[in-house]
Amino acid sequence: MLDYGSTLFTVIVALIKILALLLGFAMGWASILTWMERRQSAMMQDRLGPNRANIGPFKAWGITHFLADALKFMVKEDFVPPKAHKFLFMWAPVMAMAPALIVGAIIPFSAPLCWGHALEGQSPVCGTPILGQIARLDTGVLFYFAVASLSVFGATLAGWASHNKWAMMGGLRASSQMMSYEVTMGMAVLGAFLSFGTLEPGAMVVSQAHSLWDWGIFRQPLGFILFLTAAIAETKRTPFDIPEGEPEIIGYFVEYSGLRFGMFFLGEFLEIVFSSALIITIFFGGWSLPGLEQVFIDHNIPNLVLVLVTVGIWSIKVMLFSSFQLAIRWSLPRFRSDQLMQLGWQRLLPISIANVVGTAAWTLFKG
Amino acid sequence: MTIGVKVVSRPGSFSQQLYVPAIAMGMGVTFRHFAKNFFGNLVGLRKKTDIQTIEYPEEKKPYPARHRGLHRLMLREDGQTRCVACMMCPTVCPAHCITIVPEQAPDGTIEKRPRLFEIDELRCVVCGLCAEACPCDAIRMDTLDHAKPVTRRVDAILDREELLSRGITSSATQGGVGGFWRETVKGENQAPPEAVVQPVGPPSGPTPVSSPSTVPEKTLP
Repeated sequence: MLDYGSTLFTVIVALIKILALLLGFAMGWASILTWMERRQSAMMQDRLGPNRANIGPFKAWGITHFLADALKFMVKEDFVPPKAHKFLFMWAPVMAMAPALIVGAIIPFSAPLCWGHALEGQSPVCGTPILGQIARLDTGVLFYFAVASLSVFGATLAGWASHNKWAMMGGLRASSQMMSYEVTMGMAVLGAFLSFGTLEPGAMVVSQAHSLWDWGIFRQPLGFILFLTAAIAETKRTPFDIPEGEPEIIGYFVEYSGLRFGMFFLGEFLEIVFSSALIITIFFGGWSLPGLEQVFIDHNIPNLVLVLVTVGIWSIKVMLFSSFQLAIRWSLPRFRSDQLMQLGWQRLLPISIANVVGTAAWTLFKG
Repeated sequence: MTIGVKVVSRPGSFSQQLYVPAIAMGMGVTFRHFAKNFFGNLVGLRKKTDIQTIEYPEEKKPYPARHRGLHRLMLREDGQTRCVACMMCPTVCPAHCITIVPEQAPDGTIEKRPRLFEIDELRCVVCGLCAEACPCDAIRMDTLDHAKPVTRRVDAILDREELLSRGITSSATQGGVGGFWRETVKGENQAPPEAVVQPVGPPSGPTPVSSPSTVPEKTLP
C-alpha cells in the first residue's frame, strides 16, 4: 500500500516534513530566538539579560523565558478597539504570520533520503529519493519572493484596521519600505541565479557542495551584501525598523495585545529564521559542507547518517546566521524614513542592477 | 524677509559613505563584548567579564558601615534596656513614628523605663535623628538591615521586645553603672572589648549583613 511514489506515500511524507520543519524546527527556534535576542543583546551590552525563568530545577540559562512569555500572551486580555474593523483586525496577525511559514516550503534542509536503501552505503545515484525539502518547485526562489512579499499585507492591514493614526503611519511605512526593498532583493539575487544557472534551491545547494569557493558568497559577494540588507529590511528590524519605529510611532501593532501581538512577534522571528535559511541556501551552501558527501561515499557510511548529519549542519548554519542577524540589530543605529528610501532607491537599486549586468557579462564571456 | 538657513555639510570619508567598513567595525566592537561576556560566563569566570550586575537575592552588596537601617534598643550589662523613657526621640522625630509609654521599674533598680516602645517602620523616614538625640545610647540604627516587607500594616510596627532582640550591651557609662569608656577601650580594666559581646536576643538568622554581631562596634564612627 505504501509504495514509493504512490499518492498516499507522498502525502504522508510531505506531512511529516512539514511538521518536522515548521513545528519541530522553525517554531521552536523562533520562540527561542525571542529569548535569545534579549540574552544576546544583554551580553553585547555588558548586561546579564533574562536568566531567571525555570521549570523546577531546570533553568538552562533562563531559556524557558519563551514559555513564560507565551503563557503571559495567552492569559492577557485580547483587546479590540471599539472603532477597529473587526474582521481585518482579527485576521491581520494571521496574514502577517502565515507567509512567514509558507516560505519554508522551498527550503532544502537535508540531503535526500534514499527510500528502502537508508541503511546502505551512500551511493551517488539513488532511484527512490525522498528530498530534504517540502516542495521542489522549479520557480523556487521566485515562490519565496512572491509569498514573502504577501506578509506586507499583514502589517498594512493591521495598521489600517486598528483605527489608530500611529498604527496607520506604521502600516504606510511598512508598505512603502517593503515595496522598495523587494525590488533590490530580487535584483540582488538575480546575479546568483545567473551564476548558478538555476532558480531551484535544492539544485543551488548541490552546485555548492564540492568546494568552498563554489559557495554563493564567493561567487556573488556584492549580491550577498545587497541581499542581506534587503532581507533585514524585509523583516522590519533595526536598522530598518521604520514601520515599528518604537521611539516615535509604536508601529502597526500598537493596538494589539495578548496572543495576537504574540503572533506578530513570533512572525517577525519566523521571518528571521526563514530569511536566514534562504541566505544559507543561496550563499553558504545550505545543508552541504565542501567534500562531505565524498567522505560518506568513500567510507560507505549509511545514507541515513548522511541525512541526519546534513540536517544538523543546516540547523547549525541557520542558528548561527539568525544569531548574526540579531547581532546586526543590536549593533547598528536606525535609519530615518527618508534616509531609508534614499538608501533603497538611490544606492542599493543601482548597485544591484550593476551587479546583475556585470554578472551577466561575466557569465556570457566566460562560457 | 526669509529666515537664513545655514546648510551644514557633513563630509564623510569614502569608507563611511560605503557603510560596509564602518558597519564591520561596529559589529567588531559588539562582538568583542559578546565574546568576552559569553565565554567568560560559560567557563565560570564571571568576575573577568565586563558584567557588573549583582544578582540580588543570591548576591548582596554589603551596606556601608554608616548605613542607617532598622532600629534597635541597646542593653545594659544586666540585660535590661538602656532606655530611660526621656522622650527625646519621639520629640525630635519628624515623622512621629515613635510611641513611648513610660513606667517605673518594679524592683527600683531603674528610676524610669519604657513600658511600651513602638516604632512604626512605615512612617519612619530613616533620618537618624532619634539615634542622634538619644542621651543614653539606647536607640541605634546600625543594624545594617532594612524594614522587611509585610502583608499587614500592623506587622510593620516594631514593639519593645523586637527592638531589644537586636540589641547588644553598650559600653557607654550610664548612671554610674558600667566601666569607664577610656579604660574599656584600652582594655586595661575589667570589661572585655565590646566587639566580642554577644547579642542577648536570639541570633538573627543566617543572612550575614543583617546580623548585628558581625558588625564590630570599633568600625562605627
